[in-house]
Amino acid sequence: MEIRLDNVIKTFDTFRAVHGVSLTVESGELIALLGPSGSGKTTILRMVAGLEYADGGHIYFGDQDATDIPVRDRGVGFVFQHYALFPHMTVAENIGFGMSVSKVKRSKAEIAARVNQLLKLVRLEGLGDRFPAQISGGQRQRVALARALSVDPKVLLLDEPFGALDANVRHDLRRWLREIHDELGITTIFVTHDQEEALDLADRVVILKDGKIVQQGTPQEVCRDPKNAFVLKFLGDANRLIGEVRDGQARVAGVAVAAADGVADGPAEIYARPRDLDWSAAGPGVSATVSRVLDRPGERRVIATASTGELLEFDVDPERDITAGDTGFVTLRRAKVFAI
Amino acid sequence: MSAVASHKKPPRVGDGPVFRRLLIGIVLSLGALLILAPLLVIGHEAFKQGVKVYTSTLNHPDTRHAIMMTVITALIAVPVNTAFGVAAAWAITKFDFRGKRLLLVVIEIPFSVSPIVAGVAYLFVYGLQGLFGPWLDAHDIKILFALPGIVLASMFVTAPFVARELIPLMQAQGRDLEEAATSLGASGWRTFFSVTLPNVKWALLYGVVLCNARVMGEFGAVSIVSGNIRGQTNTLPLHIELLYHDYQAAGAFASASILALLAVFTIIAKVALERRGAGRRKAQATDAVSTGH
Amino acid sequence: MRRNVLPGLHLSLGITLFYVGLIVVLPLAALVFKAASLGPAEYWSIVSSPRALASYKVTALSALVATLFNLVFGLALAWVLTRYRFPGRRIVDAMVDLPFALPTAVAGISLTALFSNNGWFGSVLSEAGLKVAYTPIGIMIAMCFTSLPFIVRTVQPVLEDLDPALEEAAQSLGGSDWTIFRKVILPLLTPALLAGLSLSFARSLGEFGAIIFIAGNQPMSTEITALLIFIRLEEYDYQAAAAIASVLLLTAFAMLAVTNWLQSRALRYTVKG
Repeated sequence: MEIRLDNVIKTFDTFRAVHGVSLTVESGELIALLGPSGSGKTTILRMVAGLEYADGGHIYFGDQDATDIPVRDRGVGFVFQHYALFPHMTVAENIGFGMSVSKVKRSKAEIAARVNQLLKLVRLEGLGDRFPAQISGGQRQRVALARALSVDPKVLLLDEPFGALDANVRHDLRRWLREIHDELGITTIFVTHDQEEALDLADRVVILKDGKIVQQGTPQEVCRDPKNAFVLKFLGDANRLIGEVRDGQARVAGVAVAAADGVADGPAEIYARPRDLDWSAAGPGVSATVSRVLDRPGERRVIATASTGELLEFDVDPERDITAGDTGFVTLRRAKVFAI
Repeated sequence: MSAVASHKKPPRVGDGPVFRRLLIGIVLSLGALLILAPLLVIGHEAFKQGVKVYTSTLNHPDTRHAIMMTVITALIAVPVNTAFGVAAAWAITKFDFRGKRLLLVVIEIPFSVSPIVAGVAYLFVYGLQGLFGPWLDAHDIKILFALPGIVLASMFVTAPFVARELIPLMQAQGRDLEEAATSLGASGWRTFFSVTLPNVKWALLYGVVLCNARVMGEFGAVSIVSGNIRGQTNTLPLHIELLYHDYQAAGAFASASILALLAVFTIIAKVALERRGAGRRKAQATDAVSTGH
Repeated sequence: MRRNVLPGLHLSLGITLFYVGLIVVLPLAALVFKAASLGPAEYWSIVSSPRALASYKVTALSALVATLFNLVFGLALAWVLTRYRFPGRRIVDAMVDLPFALPTAVAGISLTALFSNNGWFGSVLSEAGLKVAYTPIGIMIAMCFTSLPFIVRTVQPVLEDLDPALEEAAQSLGGSDWTIFRKVILPLLTPALLAGLSLSFARSLGEFGAIIFIAGNQPMSTEITALLIFIRLEEYDYQAAAAIASVLLLTAFAMLAVTNWLQSRALRYTVKG
């Protein structure tokens, strides 16, 4: 089902959490709401669910205005950040709860059959009799998902679904969630503050800051063409240099990089990823002194102090022979330029 | 972790064997004198004049009536108070509204107010010289010096008991479970009975047990509003006073032994419930005194 | 207008406000109203009459002594219960709640039986020339009994949660046991001790049932304030009862404010990061 937010506003006491957000989620799409804490991403998700009511604007499920439909009748599946599994019910009872309270009456056998089906889907066959405290974090996460799916929701909403898990479990679950989504084709929105998670998993990423959408697009679009410095920095490490734009070229210490159309002449910020800088003994480039070299499995991370005072970080091939104290020049292979 | 294991771990402060034994000795002796002796003396005094006097006191119509009054009072006051405690905890922990802090303070007031002050206060509401007294008298409704007054005063002194056990626990549990249930389509009552209640039942029972003990044992507030009419408005604690001042010490202690037994049962229930996690959110000093007066 | 996602605000808040209003606020307001209906001069003459003053004095002094005794004994008891393991510890721990669980009238007559001249303790003490029952000492003992759990139960959790590393750090720095107790442990317990102390003191000021049997109840010497109120009522002197009760009520509010303040301070220490 298509979900559409039209100029949605939410204010808590005096603090405005969401400022006029408009967003369309296509039917069957998997999208990520990505942003730092306080960006309003969870509030938006909760408004879609009906766990908060919007103070202004509308939320549409397909053609239906769902803004004022209570959560109970809205038909969403919500996976809570800490799962909110009912601790006094077994895994099977948790998954069956939504069906047992439903207005659509089902027999015990029907519910049990559906619970088993869902247990199979989330690969927890045989664990139905356990209590939430008796299973691992990753398993709880899957129970929470099965419970949310049990009500045949029109839309699946996940609040920081992997936030409470170990890094390796998180990786597996991420791929698995994508598989489930592709299998069921259910419109899905999830909230995360982890850019890697958003880029790995989502069809489309919506980046939020201070209750507003800053940019939205496919992972490729937001990575390759960040709209501003915030998006660029939020998506990954970046070095910042101050330069000067003239005739579509940004210059810093004798190095020139192309600026995008529309960047006015004058002082500008130049951002480059660690992979986009390089080191050479002779110029041209920003003269710098290496202060530390950090060895990593696939590369060496060099930390150097530019003559202009900025700290620069860049990656070189593992074979490169660089040691602390070396002096030389940092060159830019690729960069993004934003007017100040 | 304990002094017993001190051969493995270096001793903690105060683990020296002499100091340790001395302190345990002093504290336990004082405890025996101040806490245990009063309990034992009740049994001793109750049976001083033989089993016959004991049983005849307990079989006396006035004693039986006093027991009845106490039980009836508890049967009304405790459930009403429990319903209030649950409602208050639900309102306070599941919603945000202005004046919540003030409400919390007001609910706790009865803990700090002397039962005598409570009794006097009720006199000035329902007594002849009080706000509604003349009107009640004109309509021949008896509240003071009758069961309703006793119940009301008991409700005052125990008003915080259940709420106080539930609020910190439900606060700590947050609203996620209820929101999850609601998002799955459960109604309000269904959410409360299937999700909220099972997770707070021990704390609730804990509050109920303490509330009941206090209602059955309340003396000061009830002594003012009851009118102390023998065989009519005497609760068990008031009956004890009456017998005692009538120089029927054995009878007084016989009646007291019932309440002492209730106290022991209360403590046993309390320990049993604490093992199930009720009443022991120990990081908060406020909750440690939840047993109140 | 904010809408709530969970149902039942109106019902639950309505019940709560109605109950609190009817059961707690209305009676106290009626008492204050009654006391305020006296003129200032009349009010003052009642609450500052020699007999009332004497009752404040014996009540407050006894409460103070009882609270200080409980401060030391309660701390020792909490210490023994949390730091040492010995047979019967759990039973002792449970018995600490007896003063809360035992009805005050029962406590009153049993303490009187213990301390009267032919009682278990009274007979021994009177031979030593110390009279307890029907003297201010009896009042203090009754107050000690009823308020003992407050200190134990406020200090115990803090002692239990005390990080052993703090002591180990102090030991590694060369502190003696006594120094570590004074400079490290006691300061950490202070907020809880103060909170327990104020609760214990407030309880003692308002205690009635446990005291009146053992106190002797002689005006000007062993008559506590709560009893004076009761006597004024029996004399049908409702105005005096209201006035003196209002003094106890205001004291209770003051103690409540002090306790809340101390507890909010205590939380600064006990809240875990």
